[in-house]
Amino acid sequence: MKNRALFLYAFTYLAFLYVPVLVLPVFSFNNSEFIAFPLSGFTTRWYASLAADTAMQHALGNSLKVGLVTALLSTLLGLTAAKAVTHYRLKGAGAALGFISLPLFIPDIVLGISLLLLLGALGLPLSLAAVVLGHMLVCVPFSLTVLIARFEGFDRNLEEASADLGENGWMTFWRVTFPVMLPGIIASLLLTFITSFDEFLVAYFLSGTEATLPIYIWGQLRFPERLPTVLALGAIILTVSVGLVILAEYVRNLGVKKPMVGA
Amino acid sequence: MADRGRNLRQGYALLAPALAVMGFGLAAPLLLMAVTSLKSQSGISFSQGWTLAQYGEVLGRASYRSLFLRSVLISGAVTLVTVALAYPMAYFVAFHARRKFVWLVALTIPFWTSYLLRVFAWKIILGFNGVINSGLMRLHLIDQPLQFLLYNPFAVVVTLAHAWAAFAILPIYVSLEKIDHSLLEAASDLGDSAFRRFLRVTLPLSMPGVIGAAILIFVPTTGDFVTPQLVGGSKGTMIANVIEVQFNSVGNWPLGAALSLVSIAMVGVLAGLFVAGARAATRSAR
Amino acid sequence: MSFLSISQVSKSFGGPPVVDRVSLDVPRGEFFSLLGPSGCGKTTLLRMIAGFEAPDSGTIAIDGEVMNAVAPHQRPTNMVFQSYAIFPHLNVFDNIAYGLRKLKLPKDALRARIEAMLSTVRLEGLGNRAADQLSGGQRQRVALARALVREPKILLLDEPLGALDKRLREAMQLELRALQRKVGITFVLVTHDQEEALSLSDRVAVMEKGVILQVASPRDLYDRPSSRAVADFIGEINFFHATVRELSDETATINAGLLGVLTLPRANLAPGIKSDDHILLAIRPEHVGFAAPNFAGQSVTGEIAAATFLGERSHFHVRINGRSDPVAVSGNAPPVGPVHLVFPPEKLMGLPVSRDA
Repeated sequence: MKNRALFLYAFTYLAFLYVPVLVLPVFSFNNSEFIAFPLSGFTTRWYASLAADTAMQHALGNSLKVGLVTALLSTLLGLTAAKAVTHYRLKGAGAALGFISLPLFIPDIVLGISLLLLLGALGLPLSLAAVVLGHMLVCVPFSLTVLIARFEGFDRNLEEASADLGENGWMTFWRVTFPVMLPGIIASLLLTFITSFDEFLVAYFLSGTEATLPIYIWGQLRFPERLPTVLALGAIILTVSVGLVILAEYVRNLGVKKPMVGA
Repeated sequence: MADRGRNLRQGYALLAPALAVMGFGLAAPLLLMAVTSLKSQSGISFSQGWTLAQYGEVLGRASYRSLFLRSVLISGAVTLVTVALAYPMAYFVAFHARRKFVWLVALTIPFWTSYLLRVFAWKIILGFNGVINSGLMRLHLIDQPLQFLLYNPFAVVVTLAHAWAAFAILPIYVSLEKIDHSLLEAASDLGDSAFRRFLRVTLPLSMPGVIGAAILIFVPTTGDFVTPQLVGGSKGTMIANVIEVQFNSVGNWPLGAALSLVSIAMVGVLAGLFVAGARAATRSAR
Repeated sequence: MSFLSISQVSKSFGGPPVVDRVSLDVPRGEFFSLLGPSGCGKTTLLRMIAGFEAPDSGTIAIDGEVMNAVAPHQRPTNMVFQSYAIFPHLNVFDNIAYGLRKLKLPKDALRARIEAMLSTVRLEGLGNRAADQLSGGQRQRVALARALVREPKILLLDEPLGALDKRLREAMQLELRALQRKVGITFVLVTHDQEEALSLSDRVAVMEKGVILQVASPRDLYDRPSSRAVADFIGEINFFHATVRELSDETATINAGLLGVLTLPRANLAPGIKSDDHILLAIRPEHVGFAAPNFAGQSVTGEIAAATFLGERSHFHVRINGRSDPVAVSGNAPPVGPVHLVFPPEKLMGLPVSRDA
């Protein structure tokens, strides 16, 4: 009996999560500038206008650039730090980890503002590079968490076995360490990319004249006539994300052999 | 490979890049912020000399104090609501769901839309001509649109609770999943009913996840100015809105810095107290 | 110079030495074991042979070449790790072929060599199996194959059978022995299981606290332990305090307290024992006999305190007067009532009293 109630709760909760999200596609096809019921008929003109929206496309390009660079750099830093902390008995490793994870406990607005001050003091301009730095602060803790978990399950003997079998340091990394860590590396890249792509607060203060996609969207929200177009954009982003995850899951299952009976 | 001394040096060398970046991006800026908060602004530049005037302003003005209070209350409410609603959901997936991965994916998909758009979606839903109002009016359940839905703390809480749900579900789920099932069987074997067993075994063992989720939600929500700005109206502004204004136009940067530092300190202390209190409560509940 | 020559090797990790001036010589083709309790230094010594640790002092030479400065990937040794260290992202074939990359063999030659090795370790047909679908015994054989396919001069094995259940372990012990005989490579095995060391090896080095206590064939270790420590470690044994009364070239007369005065062959005494020395007399449980009721020779009266049925033999604890510990006796069912224990002098060993040499 308890199960039934819990099950019902689960579905209700799920509905609560989805309803606001469904607003996006519903009203992106609605033939009206006003976001209210009743619906006024089906149209794709909002999607069409996206194709002509060069400002949006420029912002999208910026977000992709920032996201990719952030993902690569954060994963690289996370990789080296995770290996350092799990493979070597370093003194003060705990304190170092705590320090690196500090951004999780500081509101993003403070991170953004303090970097703004730093750039001002150093005389450096606000730019996408500054956004990348800010995003790295936010993303490295996530990358670290994923990669430390992955390293802890990594048998230390594997690298010794590779050396024992004749491979030097570099070949051992290439033939053993990297392939075994690859799922963790990919997970870190995905997680940091998504975090950076959607990040608004830090980018808001640091981007200067070049807008990222969330900043572009923020700018559009004060113009009622732009709203359905923005919703169309949101619907597209949602679809692409879902598609990517399904694709990733499919690829992940390709490499796994089905268990044989009587091993 | 053979020399232990060289090994340690390698280890520190690997750790150095991450520490350097964080030092440059985190420590130096925060230090700078502290320095800035001790100055005062005249025109577009800072005046010479140090002063505690900004802190006097921040802590002295009643309007700021009430804003801090409101921010803490709203974030606290958001944390409470989000965690409380998320716990049964996480419990369901951990113990009763058959295809856990599918559920987890289904639960996280809503969060792959832009955060801004999700907040905006609530604005649409709660608004005067919004989804709820126009729907209820259509069904002739009300004559006039409900006023209390939008532009107040209630709207902020609902919106943030929705926005941070995933951050509550996942940590709680992970700590529930880790519970060794033989512990639950032992509890039953020793005479506990399902409910007692939940209170005495499951709940305490899931506390680390709950505490983690709470901190993960409380801290960032205090710094969010987007939600209050879009759905909070004048009754729902939070401290972050005031901070943002100081830095956006030619506001008062030292004041903004002081506001930020007081804000972090306040959040840090509260979070610390909460964790300590939760741990003590869990221990005494044995 | 022998094939594997370890000379005065010491190693410490910042405290007392883990390996303390150890010297060993292993001839080519021998199955050699390092036996001892945890922490005795045997694994550290093995890792120094492989090159994963460097000795603080002393030299290690293989086939005449000093190895101290040689990195692990360039040594003519290969190791089977305790955890097997099977590469999880490669299948069986690729795991075994891993160390052959540098040889750049043509595809057919490589395939032939791997297939031959698969059949040597009895894993035929499993080349395509994924690493995570192997049983414990299979993983062990893949680890063996991977090391052997490189035809090393020395194969090092770090407690290779520890993770297997009893029956599998015994089967693998036989296989390992046969394999070594077949390929003729020098094996150096590390284990804490004395039964394993005794059943597999040509010679065994017993280690304790970084020092070698005795190096001998399994038979000699069992029958002629050089010290109480070794005797205690190998199999079960009974100790009695005694003094040496008289020594001649052929015999030794011992005042054995409760056991009376006995005359043993001189060879049964450990070297270096002199007249009037306080010694320990040691005898294995299976050599202590139960006398028939009408036995006329020397015997000691006792009472059975505990009896355990073990199948083909039984194990008894017998209390005798004047001694707090019971005597362990292994044999068939004794007559009922008080028992008489017989201690055949030729089966008694004389050992020095101090724990070490």
